[in-house]
Amino acid sequence: MLYYIGRRLLQAIPVLLGTTFIIYFMVFAMPGDPLLGLFGDKAPNPALLARLQEQYALDQPFFVQYLNYLGNLVQGNFGISFSGQPVNDILARTFPVTLKLAVIAIFIEMVLALTIGLISGLRKGGIFDATALVVSLLLISVPIFVLCFVGQFFFAVQLGWFSPTVGSDTSFGKLLLPAIVLSLFVVATAIRLTRASVIETANADFVRTAYSKGLSRRRVVPVHILRNSLIPVTTQLGADFGLLIVGATVTEGIFNVPGVGNTLYQAVIRGERPTVVSFVTVMVLLYLVVNILIDLLYAVLDPRIRYVK
Amino acid sequence: MSGTTAAQTAKHLLEIKGLEVGFKTQNGVVKALKGVDFTIDAGETVAIVGESGSGKSTTAAAIINLLPGSGQILAGEVLFEGKDLAKASRKELEDIRGKRIGYVPQDPMSNLNPVWSVGFQVEETVKANGLAAGRKAVHAKAVEVLENAGLPDPGKRMRQYPHQFSGGMRQRVLIGIGLASKPRLLIADEPTSALDVTVQRRILDHLDTLTRDDGTALLFITHDLGLAAERAEKLIVMYKGRIVEAGPSLEILQNPLHPYTQRLIAAAPSLASRRIQSSSEHLGSIHHRVDDAASSVDLIDAAELRVEHVATAAAGPAIEVDGLTKVFKLRTGGLKTEDFTAVDNVSFQVPKGTTLALVGESGSGKSTVAKLLLGLEKATSGAITIDGRRSEKLAGKELLALRRSMQPVFQDPYGSLDPLVNIGATISEPMRVHSVGDRTSRRERVFELLDQVALPKAIAGRYPNELSGGQRQRVAIARALALKPDIVVLDEAVSALDVLVQAQILKLLADLQGELGLTYLFITHDLAVVRVIADNVAVMQKGRIVEQATTDEVFDSPSQQYTRELLDAIPGAGIKMGL
Amino acid sequence: MSSDMTGAGATRSASHFVASVEDAPIDSVDAVKLDEKPSNLWIDAWRDLRTRPMFWISLGLILLILTVALLPTLFTQTDPRACDLANSLAGPGPGAPLGYTKQGCDIYSRIIDGTSTSLSVGLIVILLTTVTGVLFGALAGFFGGFVDTVFMRLGDIFFSIPYILAAVVIMSVFSENRNIVVIALAIGVFAWPTTARVLRSEVLRVKNADYIMAAEATGLSKMGILLKHVLPNSIAPVIVVTTLSLGAAITAEATLSFLGVGLPPQDYMSWGNEISAAQRDLRTDPQTLIYPSIALTLTVLSFILLGEALRDALDPKARALR
Repeated sequence: MLYYIGRRLLQAIPVLLGTTFIIYFMVFAMPGDPLLGLFGDKAPNPALLARLQEQYALDQPFFVQYLNYLGNLVQGNFGISFSGQPVNDILARTFPVTLKLAVIAIFIEMVLALTIGLISGLRKGGIFDATALVVSLLLISVPIFVLCFVGQFFFAVQLGWFSPTVGSDTSFGKLLLPAIVLSLFVVATAIRLTRASVIETANADFVRTAYSKGLSRRRVVPVHILRNSLIPVTTQLGADFGLLIVGATVTEGIFNVPGVGNTLYQAVIRGERPTVVSFVTVMVLLYLVVNILIDLLYAVLDPRIRYVK
Repeated sequence: MSGTTAAQTAKHLLEIKGLEVGFKTQNGVVKALKGVDFTIDAGETVAIVGESGSGKSTTAAAIINLLPGSGQILAGEVLFEGKDLAKASRKELEDIRGKRIGYVPQDPMSNLNPVWSVGFQVEETVKANGLAAGRKAVHAKAVEVLENAGLPDPGKRMRQYPHQFSGGMRQRVLIGIGLASKPRLLIADEPTSALDVTVQRRILDHLDTLTRDDGTALLFITHDLGLAAERAEKLIVMYKGRIVEAGPSLEILQNPLHPYTQRLIAAAPSLASRRIQSSSEHLGSIHHRVDDAASSVDLIDAAELRVEHVATAAAGPAIEVDGLTKVFKLRTGGLKTEDFTAVDNVSFQVPKGTTLALVGESGSGKSTVAKLLLGLEKATSGAITIDGRRSEKLAGKELLALRRSMQPVFQDPYGSLDPLVNIGATISEPMRVHSVGDRTSRRERVFELLDQVALPKAIAGRYPNELSGGQRQRVAIARALALKPDIVVLDEAVSALDVLVQAQILKLLADLQGELGLTYLFITHDLAVVRVIADNVAVMQKGRIVEQATTDEVFDSPSQQYTRELLDAIPGAGIKMGL
Repeated sequence: MSSDMTGAGATRSASHFVASVEDAPIDSVDAVKLDEKPSNLWIDAWRDLRTRPMFWISLGLILLILTVALLPTLFTQTDPRACDLANSLAGPGPGAPLGYTKQGCDIYSRIIDGTSTSLSVGLIVILLTTVTGVLFGALAGFFGGFVDTVFMRLGDIFFSIPYILAAVVIMSVFSENRNIVVIALAIGVFAWPTTARVLRSEVLRVKNADYIMAAEATGLSKMGILLKHVLPNSIAPVIVVTTLSLGAAITAEATLSFLGVGLPPQDYMSWGNEISAAQRDLRTDPQTLIYPSIALTLTVLSFILLGEALRDALDPKARALR
């Protein structure tokens, strides 16, 4: 297990170096004065310009610049926002909100995916299964911002169950609607995958053997079928997290949730590129960390991985 | 078999009457069992023998109502201790399964849940069948179950996961689970066919002891007639969802009455090898002529045929292997690698026009030898001489020329043909690669080859998935012969086939060898087959050749302990063929 | 062994039963049956697709969408840019079946005109991801070793950046000169590893098949084996992924446009821009937002449906899940 964790962390290093390099390359190695480019057609704020110049050491050769930038990241300095405020300060304020939203969304997603996927899989070809398929395909096809507006329009404007925007009050009740929308955005693939792995597991030899041992259906379904189906579903969770990040950005923006995604959303809408670059870096790092955590969770779920040498 | 009265019913432990089972497919319900009747009495051992598709495994699954997929019982009764299991409720079945009827599945690799420890899976059986109550008692009972199954150090190994167990050990666990509550009946569905022969024998011996000690009746499902006769007192032969013959094992073996049983006996390599061994003077008495001679094969005929032609074969080695060694670098995690010697200083010769059988269990290195010979892997050291030319030094044009003279046939009939290329193009591919002939002449040659392997010309436009395993293997042989090679390397080429088809292919190979003067390197794990096809045998163990001699010498007076073990493990070795 | 079998079994007399040959007639061993039509993966897939309504519905929709994209004038004569503030947020009227936007533009004609934008971006993206993905995936899987390690680590790095976020950054950098090719590149550059991974795992599966070894033993060259045997047998999942990613690429373009880092609204008609512009009127005039949303969803859905139908037909494993 320790070996596995160690190997997984080591493997993450080149990927971390590579991703940060690519982001840096995309932003600062493009033709033209990178800093002026960052401000676009707006007049550069001289104070900010000076701080940026200092941070990225732009008079140095390219690799020195990159190492400087990387050094900042390692020290936990994610850069400066358009207003000149350090990104770290904004993060400290917004991250807890996003975390809360994501946890509620993932919880709803898992509950929906596992129950619907399990019932669909066990009653393959039935009415429930067919309905779940149609709804999932529809959900996969609807872009996140359309889903947000539909949720906002029907549940908040028409039915009045929720308030259409969140604002500064980030209580559970307020976050529920954006969390539901966000979970619906990612739930379809999870349902499909749960269903597929439930069907596959239910036909596995060891499930038949479990029945032959005299076990009841009530024991075989959770202990042997659902438990084993969790393995592929968990792996998918990591890949889906990228979708969740993009979804959170748009959802937080539309519902005005004061989280990390909203900051990025506002920055993109307003064309504040230094903020965009800093926050995308933060999100990519977050994505990598979450994927490492999910790989570790995978090892917890599957002893075959855990005991590889 | 039929017409049992109600009074007799109680006497039988299990009585199956008119059992019909169907599977739902796109083309409606396909019947897998078409009316099966038989009985098992307490303490009795009964074997069901049949080829794939005969319905033997379906019968086993139907008894405990665990038919796979869309299978369902259409008609008939499964009376276990007088109760009809075909109509029992789910609850009643759950009570009977595990407790009264134990089950040992076929493939030990896939029948234990990989995410739970072995102990967990035994303990849950103990709990489900009420064999013990309380954590400690359950644990103690589970240890006992595994101990009885012959698992060393069960207390410690219980915490381990299935992937940390070898196939044989896993099968012991499954046998332990099947027998945990001392059931009245144990169903064993090909319990050892996925294991190496020597392991197979030990496990079956152990199973025999356990069932005999507890007076458990055993229903044993197998494709191997020799194994069935050796292990069971009663034999049931199934064919296409029906029982064609049933009765005492020895009687059926010595006096098969149904033509299908006669065919099976004539084609079973384990029995043929046994018959040859039990000296030729008695051959006549057990030699069954089958009416439909065109489509059935007697392996003894095949064996006799080859003795005749080998006598006339020319001498001189076609293949000469000297000190062949192959070392693989295995990654042991991180950057470290470990040397693994798959083939260790192997030397042998194959005289022209003869067959050398390279025998060994899985992991013995026999298939690596084949790959080295074919130039699909590079040897670490040693020399391979093909027709007087050192092959491992060849490259470019000369290598291409060598490939022309030596062609392979592989094991898996489902994997050896490209599913997207039709049969004609598959057979002519070697000719296209070597630019032999033009379009028309290649077409002619394809038809000629199809004829040689006894397939109709019309098959040329068909695709592999339309053919049976045996037919695919014929196509693979035709492709191998396309360039008129001198040497054919047969890597487990008949191992995946049903016995009748296997015998047919063995006969075809023997005929082709006589006709074309081919040299065969025949790689197999099955010593029984060796007896009927090979002139010389080399036995491999852990990368080395441990014994090398003529086939008769190896069978009659094996010099190595390991060879003797392999020979003893041939099913049917213990049967007195009524002599 | 059986001679040891004493006890209850041995003393019992068992009858010897033989079925009559008429009841269980035996066939000749391994007879060739050629009464069915030729079949292989592609022939079977086509036979399967032919019977599935989902395939025909999605195909019909895609053909309709293609026609709209190529020949918009067949569907509307109204100039989507001819806006009249007097019509602002007006309901359906003559020549404007779906009503007007806030700027007083005809919603219907703007939707029709946006079709070609969405499709062009989607097609360029999948052209890019498929060519790159197939090249990298096939070479990495087939040659293994060093090539594999380098290509796949590179893929890991690109895969670690959610492609829409990457596209946001790229589009931010390209504040000028945003056009269809630029946005397609921005999406595609980070989306190719999916295709490469799918193909690589297929190639790894196929290259271990015995027929590959048999082809090698006949003397066929490495490249010949890759092109003749490996690729044809591993390309099916790529077709499925490509169809599904076409839908995803169209969504990505709309999302970027919605965020304001997509195509400039003054030069291009894009559904994402339309929805973005309409969001403030959601409460009062939902139609301005809903119609382009329907067009977008329907287009994506048709490709997703086609991809699902193809998956069902081409992947034997998916067929078992039906």
